[in-house]
Amino acid sequence: MNYRRRASPLHVARAGAGCAYCLALACAALLLSSPVALGAVVVAIVGAGIAAGLGREMRRAAPLAVTLALVIALINALVTRDGLTVIVRLGDLPVLGHTDVTLEATVYGLILGLRAVALIMCGALYTAAVDPDEVLKLFRRVSFRSALTATLATRMVPVLVRDARRLTDAQRCRPGRPPSRLALMRAATAGVLDRALDVAAALEVRGYGRPGRPPRVHRPWSRHDIAFAASAVAVVGLSLGARVFDLAQFSAYPSLHAPVGVGTVAIAVGLVVCALLPFADRRGVQR
Amino acid sequence: MTDVLELDRVSYWYPDAQRPALDGVSLTIGAGELVVLAGLSGSGKSTLLRTASGLVPHFHGGKLAGTVSVAGMDTRTQTPAELAAAVGTLFQDPETQVVMNGVRAELAFPLENRGDSAPAVARGVEEAALALGIAHLLDRPTSQLSGGELQRVALAAALAGRPSLIVLDEPTSQLDPVAGDELIALLRRINEDSEATVVICEHRLERCLSIADRVIAMDEGRIVCDAPPREFLAWACEALPALATPGARLLQGLGLRPAAGVKAARAALRADGYDVSDGAADRDAREDRGAPEAARSRPARSRDAALRLDRVWHEIARGPTILRSASVSIATRERVALMGRNGAGKSTLLRHAAGLMQPTRGRVHSAGRVALLLQNPTDYLVHETVAEETSPAALASVGLEGFGDRHPRDLSGGEKQRLALAIVLDDAASPPAVVCLDEPTRGMDRTHKHELARMLREIDAAVLVATHDPEFVAEFADRVVLLADGAPIADGPAAEILSGGTYFATESARILGGAGGALTPEQGIGLLRRAEVPA
Repeated sequence: MNYRRRASPLHVARAGAGCAYCLALACAALLLSSPVALGAVVVAIVGAGIAAGLGREMRRAAPLAVTLALVIALINALVTRDGLTVIVRLGDLPVLGHTDVTLEATVYGLILGLRAVALIMCGALYTAAVDPDEVLKLFRRVSFRSALTATLATRMVPVLVRDARRLTDAQRCRPGRPPSRLALMRAATAGVLDRALDVAAALEVRGYGRPGRPPRVHRPWSRHDIAFAASAVAVVGLSLGARVFDLAQFSAYPSLHAPVGVGTVAIAVGLVVCALLPFADRRGVQR
Repeated sequence: MTDVLELDRVSYWYPDAQRPALDGVSLTIGAGELVVLAGLSGSGKSTLLRTASGLVPHFHGGKLAGTVSVAGMDTRTQTPAELAAAVGTLFQDPETQVVMNGVRAELAFPLENRGDSAPAVARGVEEAALALGIAHLLDRPTSQLSGGELQRVALAAALAGRPSLIVLDEPTSQLDPVAGDELIALLRRINEDSEATVVICEHRLERCLSIADRVIAMDEGRIVCDAPPREFLAWACEALPALATPGARLLQGLGLRPAAGVKAARAALRADGYDVSDGAADRDAREDRGAPEAARSRPARSRDAALRLDRVWHEIARGPTILRSASVSIATRERVALMGRNGAGKSTLLRHAAGLMQPTRGRVHSAGRVALLLQNPTDYLVHETVAEETSPAALASVGLEGFGDRHPRDLSGGEKQRLALAIVLDDAASPPAVVCLDEPTRGMDRTHKHELARMLREIDAAVLVATHDPEFVAEFADRVVLLADGAPIADGPAAEILSGGTYFATESARILGGAGGALTPEQGIGLLRRAEVPA
């Protein structure tokens, strides 16, 4: 999944605001446990993705997220011994020992899975909507080498994927017995090292490594920068408020307790509205 | 004239190398000169360029003797990053020299590295983008650019800091003829507009000699000729014919002084009384006199075909259509070249022929195994020694019998190509009915191309080669299929297809205006001698 500039408020917002926005949504997913509130966070993230024109990227990330969520739910149900309501008795299993699956462990596993879905979708949103080159600029004054390494890694992934595909095709063209996996692994590693050397040489001749820090870049705050920064603050504020004032309660053990009161609904609605409101203003998004 | 690059008795040994890559090289290049570096593979051209950019010795290590001075800076004391303010460098492969995700960030990167202020960076980016005609790409991700666009972006990044010296190592080797010619023309314009010194290393000299002020030829790490293009060509025809352009060989064969470029060559021929007008081409085409044997070749009939692609479509789900009802038929032992610009569908067609891809519509029939040699021969080399890669008989068939103990990755480009060819051909139980090669001459010098053409002519199977190189096609092919937008737009004898245009034509054909279907200097000499008109 690659960043590509699109005509959306999130894409035209500065990288700092975009990062803060995605980070705020991820924080909300980590702070909240109520199924209603967590569901609202997932809705907010997917809604933001669609509003940013990233429906396809969201759809592509969804199978991985859902699969991982189900695996988490299954593992939690099998390994957790807490909870009062037994729904399946599996008896003695190898490695796991005596296993009773409880409703509470299953539901808690699903909540953990939902959180994983929110975090993966948030990562997908960040990758496709926040310009990595801008992020590099943001962090380069703090740690230039780390930021550049991260950017290069992102840039080189598709190149290395293409290299691997080429290597596979070339091996398919070889008549007779295919080479061993070890030989292929060795060849692939040698190819990666060759690529790394080429990139290192390119960095050198572009002046990377010159002494001195890059200059600070001043850029006026646009309406979209302000909107997404404000939205990030609001989302974190709501999540913290819900946590501090216990507005979106949830506990799984020993028995399920997840009341859906006005406060929970208000938090859920507030999160979705705060997250999606910046997309309402589409002035100046065409580039 | 101020000297921008100065080498004084420079010798250089790569780590663990027995022989020097540069051997006592002394030269000075002044401001505003456009210099072409010529030489066979391994002659030291790339090393010389890397010496100018400071990568030798800082990046590659090894031992350097003598002094190298770039814009007054000693490369021994200044790092490549510091020299980058004065030297813009462009390598062969655009994929690995573009380091950022967006074009704008890529152009800004060298300026930011040298600590320019934000307005200076913004201005530098705009100017570089305008100079190279890539302003429309500024907000595009680099991962979505074509090879030609990527190479332009890399050149813009090299130029963004307005260096006084620009060094380019085979910048057109990965580009199609159109993109390659555009890049060369762009370099001339930059050189004229800014007085930047340009040093370019290129195997296809016919492409760039006409714009050069001076040519430096290298052999075994030494400078063997340093002269204006015309004198260089006269020297090359006598001393190192592999470096002589087809046009120069044509003129020399007629007893004339070699000239650089089509225009100068035609002028020289006219001055000597030869009729090289385009009208002559029409007349000769009508008379069909003296046309080479290959010119009478016709496309294979379907029933005796070694390979037949029957209305093949390749449509990518939610993506473009790469092949559109492409039908190509190749007879047993026929030699066919597949030409067309980048993205025309050549590689995809070869992959369908070899069964690496399945058509979304249409069919592929072959009379036996289809061997395919893809663009990068290194992808085939996975073992620790050459002997492990294939059988001794296969190695002998490509002239590598003495290389068994060598590591495949230590071979030269041409040797790797031959080894990979031996690998795909080596199956005694099922010898190939068709051999397909995808861009086999990229980065190859004329000697290796000639050797490859000879090997392809000797293979006992039909041969289909996708290439951008008309001179190579003229050497080995009977027939040319020209692809555009996924479908053949011309299919006929090489002499017919390669003599009628500009981009997909040999230099001899362009000089002769396509007369008589002559593609090579030898055919051209024969044609002009037969039609000789007294001055």
